[in-house]
Amino acid sequence: MLTYILRRLLGIIPLLLGITLISFFIIHLAPGKPTTMQEAMNPKVSLEVRERLNKLYGLDKPIHIQYINWLKMLLRFDFGRSISDGRPVTEKILERIPVTLTINILAMFLIFLIAIPLGVFSAVKSGSVFDKITTVFVFIFFAMPTFWLALLAMQFFGIRLGWLPISGIKSLDFEYFSWWKRFLDILWHLALPVAVSAITGLAGISRYMRHNMLEILNQPYITTARAKGLPERTVIYKHGLRNAILPIITILGLSIPGLLGGSVIFESIFALPGIGELFYKAVMMRDYFLIMAEVVLGALLTMIGNLIADIGYAYADPRIRYGK
Amino acid sequence: MRSCAKILLKRLSPLVIVFLFLTLSLGVALAKDYGDALVTGSIGDARNLIPMLASDSASAEISGMVFNGLIKYDKDINLVGDLAENWEIKEEGLVIIFHLRKNVSWQDGEQFSAKDVEFTFKKMIDPNTKTPYSGDFERVKSLEVINDYTIKITYKEPFAPGLSSWGMPIIPKHLLEKENLDNTGFSRRPIGTGPYKFKKWKTQEKIELVSNRDYFEHRPYIDRYIYRIIPDQSTLFLELQVQGLDSTGLSPLQFIRQTDTAFFQKYYQKYRLPSFGYTYLGYNLKNPKFSDKRVRQALCYAVDRDEIIRIVLLGLGSVSTGPFALQSWAYNQKVKPFPYEPEKAKALLKEAGWIDKDGDGILEKEGEKFIFTIITNQGNEERIRTAEIIQRRLSAVGIKVKIKVIEWSVFLSEYIDKRNFEAVLLGWSMGREPDNYDIWHSSKTKEGEFNFIGYENAKVDELLIEARRIFDQEKRAEMYHKIHKIIYEEQPYMFLYVPDSLSVLHKRFREVKQEPIGIGYNFIDWWVPRAEQRYKAVIEK
Repeated sequence: MLTYILRRLLGIIPLLLGITLISFFIIHLAPGKPTTMQEAMNPKVSLEVRERLNKLYGLDKPIHIQYINWLKMLLRFDFGRSISDGRPVTEKILERIPVTLTINILAMFLIFLIAIPLGVFSAVKSGSVFDKITTVFVFIFFAMPTFWLALLAMQFFGIRLGWLPISGIKSLDFEYFSWWKRFLDILWHLALPVAVSAITGLAGISRYMRHNMLEILNQPYITTARAKGLPERTVIYKHGLRNAILPIITILGLSIPGLLGGSVIFESIFALPGIGELFYKAVMMRDYFLIMAEVVLGALLTMIGNLIADIGYAYADPRIRYGK
Repeated sequence: MRSCAKILLKRLSPLVIVFLFLTLSLGVALAKDYGDALVTGSIGDARNLIPMLASDSASAEISGMVFNGLIKYDKDINLVGDLAENWEIKEEGLVIIFHLRKNVSWQDGEQFSAKDVEFTFKKMIDPNTKTPYSGDFERVKSLEVINDYTIKITYKEPFAPGLSSWGMPIIPKHLLEKENLDNTGFSRRPIGTGPYKFKKWKTQEKIELVSNRDYFEHRPYIDRYIYRIIPDQSTLFLELQVQGLDSTGLSPLQFIRQTDTAFFQKYYQKYRLPSFGYTYLGYNLKNPKFSDKRVRQALCYAVDRDEIIRIVLLGLGSVSTGPFALQSWAYNQKVKPFPYEPEKAKALLKEAGWIDKDGDGILEKEGEKFIFTIITNQGNEERIRTAEIIQRRLSAVGIKVKIKVIEWSVFLSEYIDKRNFEAVLLGWSMGREPDNYDIWHSSKTKEGEFNFIGYENAKVDELLIEARRIFDQEKRAEMYHKIHKIIYEEQPYMFLYVPDSLSVLHKRFREVKQEPIGIGYNFIDWWVPRAEQRYKAVIEK
């Protein structure tokens, strides 16, 4: 097992290099440079000035030299400075992580909490009214554009009822609050975004769960269990559920990179200082260093997520053991 | 007789009461209350609060509160002193001497002096400074500090637009001398001389400023200025409906259709003012189709620009007739827009040799049909709709128009910079200084420069250069009026419209006045009666 993990970890390195190489060149293929994107169509900024800026940012060098320079920086764990405001890229990413991570973890927790039982009940009572109603609703929410649901919820809870704040993550006078009031303030602000994010995400997991459960319930060993005269509860929750939940572990592992992936539209609507907005803007501004840092982060998380999913799977399912 | 007097007294008494009441309320009004906050919403966060390094409007807005320039624009868009008390222009414009205010200190207590101006200038022209704004300052031959409060600036040649460039915020020498502007923390916690002090910046959430009690004009009445970042237009609008924001911009649709509720009338005041900019259809003058002036004039006669304003801006704009800001002294009010006269357009086109010979509804000349493509950038609905209206109007006079909407960066690098277009629908937004040499002079046609339509007119070239050398505003205005007239007559652009800039402000703020420059110019005089104040958090001194 240990050698297997080690081998997988080492495998990450060439993969990562390949990913960065391809991404670096693709990003530079897109027309426009950070300097022209920022100062475009501003008659106060002359051609000479833009050329001088390109030179100062090292953008006049051939692309393979730029890539090698970037790699050298990466070896020192230096991701460079953002071209748009001159701040270190790592600092800019780190300050965005808490909000995105909190919302995604809370939403994911809610999704699993609701979707798993929903899926199980739908499967057990397959074909019943409950099953049909949940199916319909889960898919309605899934099909709804998030931004639209968010706006409706803001209008209803924020304006009509006045219960919840419309946007932002903290009240304006947050700094003057005591610590427990701060905590409540953040929860109060998180309620809508987390709820909207969870509701629209229910479909996937609950459908998975229902499908798995149905399949398991048709297995001969369930029939055996029933034939043994075990109570239905034990059959379903002990013998059925344990097996049905296995693929969910894979999904959990695969959602790890997603935890740090924010949605631009979602963050814009709720005015949350999340990571999605940061990278969207980075791409629009051709802020190369920031984009590359995101690529590395995303690639690393995906690979680690895959690894964790595989390990977790092997751990949970004795039928799958690697390298032994 | 006596009864007469009595009647008079009776009649007078209500007047007396009114008079007394007026004096009383005036007395109250004289004692303005301090306190409260202005919460404003913006779709973008600031980037860098070192003014010379940032080119985005959010950074400029914050910097404008924290810093001062040597000069500024007053409510009527005339230059007046800011950190400079006054200035002299000598040697026919070669030399500008600024006399600085003596009672100004930085927000950390240090005295402001000519050294700071010199420092700012040196950083500005330092080739290692990543500023996009060095252009105007590279024309300066020398800057001499005569004494602590006098500065002499000598230009290589007279450069009138250079005066306004001294409105650039001055940064403190004593704090930045030993810093590297690229990575100094100052860019996120600036110290200036302005009416507001920087307090806090939570990235992509808010920037908070507090009033500078020692500000050299006077202490501002509003204690706090909070700049909330809300990237979504609909959310900004929803926040208004719970009074979460005191001011923000509005779209024409919101201005006309969505803000007439009792709630809005009770709490908010709307403001409408021409913006500093215009939208135009530019022709590639190297294209033979557009080389004939009569054709370009015909196109203008064929398009109803009032209709565009009515449909696209819901009436919230004005027809533009030339290359200057509508409210600027450089704008020639005597130039009247071409009327909408499709018949005249047809006649002009016929005169230029464009005739529909084969009867397919499209004009031809020398075997070529009059078909052209308008390109515009993605993401601007107003421009796309404008292009569609032009398309319809031009088809009525026998010209077929195609529309191509292109992503911004591709639009710039592949189409504009490479002159790879027939007609382009774009807008210019302008500063207060009218000089537009870079857009109209025939030398500015290299790849990446701004005369991308290839406009060439010897008279305009000459006037543009001359207007740069003269400081007298009346004489300059005369030249710009001439330029305006020539350009409109020649129609290198079809000048379309000046959109209004629309905004909304909470009604509790007093002494807000709408002037040609906008409403924010006297922000330090705004105040809110104590009873109406909404934000009462105590600020530590």
